[in-house]
Amino acid sequence: MDRRLALPAFAGAALVIALAASAPWLKFVFTIALAKGLAVTGILLLLRAGQVSFGHALYIAVGAYTVAFTRPHVGEMLLLLPLAAAAGTIVGLAVGLFVARYRDIFFGMLNLAFSMVFYSLLEKLYEYTKGTDGIRVARPTIAGMALERVDYEWTMLIGGIALALALGWLASRFLASPLGQALPAIKTRETRLEFAGISAKRVLLVAYVISAALAGLGGGIIACTTLHVTPLLSYWTHSGELVFIAILGGGGSVLGPYLGAIVYELVRVYAAAAFPDGWQMILGAVLLLIILFAARGLWGIYEDLVLRKGRRA
Amino acid sequence: MTAPLLSAKGLKIAFGGVKAADGIDLDIAPGEFVAIIGPNGAGKTTFINMTTGYLRPQAGHIHFDGAEITGLPPRSIVRRGIARSFQIPQLFTEHTVIENVALKVAAHGRFWRGLRPLLDAETATTAMRLLEQFGLADVATARATELNEGTRKLTDIAMAMALKPRVLLMDEPTSGVASSEKFGIMDTLVAALRAEGVTAVFVEHDMEVVERYADRVAVWSQGKILAAGPPATVLADPAVLREVIGVETKHAHA
Repeated sequence: MDRRLALPAFAGAALVIALAASAPWLKFVFTIALAKGLAVTGILLLLRAGQVSFGHALYIAVGAYTVAFTRPHVGEMLLLLPLAAAAGTIVGLAVGLFVARYRDIFFGMLNLAFSMVFYSLLEKLYEYTKGTDGIRVARPTIAGMALERVDYEWTMLIGGIALALALGWLASRFLASPLGQALPAIKTRETRLEFAGISAKRVLLVAYVISAALAGLGGGIIACTTLHVTPLLSYWTHSGELVFIAILGGGGSVLGPYLGAIVYELVRVYAAAAFPDGWQMILGAVLLLIILFAARGLWGIYEDLVLRKGRRA
Repeated sequence: MTAPLLSAKGLKIAFGGVKAADGIDLDIAPGEFVAIIGPNGAGKTTFINMTTGYLRPQAGHIHFDGAEITGLPPRSIVRRGIARSFQIPQLFTEHTVIENVALKVAAHGRFWRGLRPLLDAETATTAMRLLEQFGLADVATARATELNEGTRKLTDIAMAMALKPRVLLMDEPTSGVASSEKFGIMDTLVAALRAEGVTAVFVEHDMEVVERYADRVAVWSQGKILAAGPPATVLADPAVLREVIGVETKHAHA
């Protein structure tokens, strides 16, 4: 990550910690936001290739239910989260082999279909999933330590920040690499990529599997934070939420997803508290304003205000 | 003649009722610079499309360096050493000129390996050397959308050359280019191809360009090779003049 990203990344992390210290309930909100930021980073990779997935809540649910199913046998978070990411990777590879052959609306809708099939399975297979009641997750140990609630929440938040920084750095490296740079080439001239001897399908598949792994990890963190998983995690509105956050945060930087996710969760929480019946309308209005007046999202606004040398869209 | 590097035998393909190729035999020797001319819609681009795997011939065979490549997908044909450029330049419009070329340099080498940036020292040097060869160094950091047509054409060809091909197929390298620029572009192009020892086939409408640069010219008309040989001989052939050049002259002034 170059200095233009490192400074706002660490400043943002410090701000998150300061805010979380000032209002105890924010630890939970921010941890969830960071988990969603991970998943949205995957959405951003696909957006670079011009593809929008309306089904990535599938992988959040896969990660979350992996934690819920294995928690009775595995008590350690440092094992549970890699398992969640691995489950996301495996399901992502299986689904990706199929959907990476499709583009645009077909890509979006196929992802939606897969996520809704999984949603129905979670709902109907009551014997295993307890249906819409969901599954409670006992608080796992972290590095062998059984923490009390406040310490646990702090550890989750700090761990979430560390993961976001590390994976954000990796994502920016990936995007600058030939493979990452081939993603926009899929959007602009896919056939030319083929005439360079590169399989566009394979490029998209790699990005897709990474996005599934990130969402699986995010789902694992969500399960370990909320300590309760339900089929709703896989519902299509949650997939839409990830795309919403991606657009809100802006696709120009790997920090966009985290910025978007944190602002989204804050607006959602405050709007829901102030206008219990109208918070979706507020979110909708925010999205409209972003699309109309700041197409590069919140990160674009930051670039224009602070860096003053943002690329023109 | 030495063994051909690229060899087409009995190629046939038809679109609806139109026979774009109706038994095409064409051998290209190593190091040759061959022009394909013919009226619009004759099937010249179809030859490039079949040779690069974009279209599969309905009959016939294409051999490259002794091995059959008929019907292979574009990716494997490219990896064997046949690259192409396009009549309408196919650039990655979200990338700069040097990134366009660097993507091709990387595609030929380390594409699937590691997280080093696309423009690491090695790839950037290779890409820049190509850009200099094609007189594109000044526009290296320009976006592909900001270039004029001549520069886009050269970028398109430089991208194909970045794959280090043994054979380069070019679809009308000077079409859409201001006539004052065309010889400059061709001089640059031919010098680069000769320097790298690349065999080339180019579809061309401009007879001045063909006369000046081609070693050999093949006349494609109604799915057949009407004549082939040195430009001076072929372009003086009355049948060729009637079938092709007449149409071409009208086209050029249209």
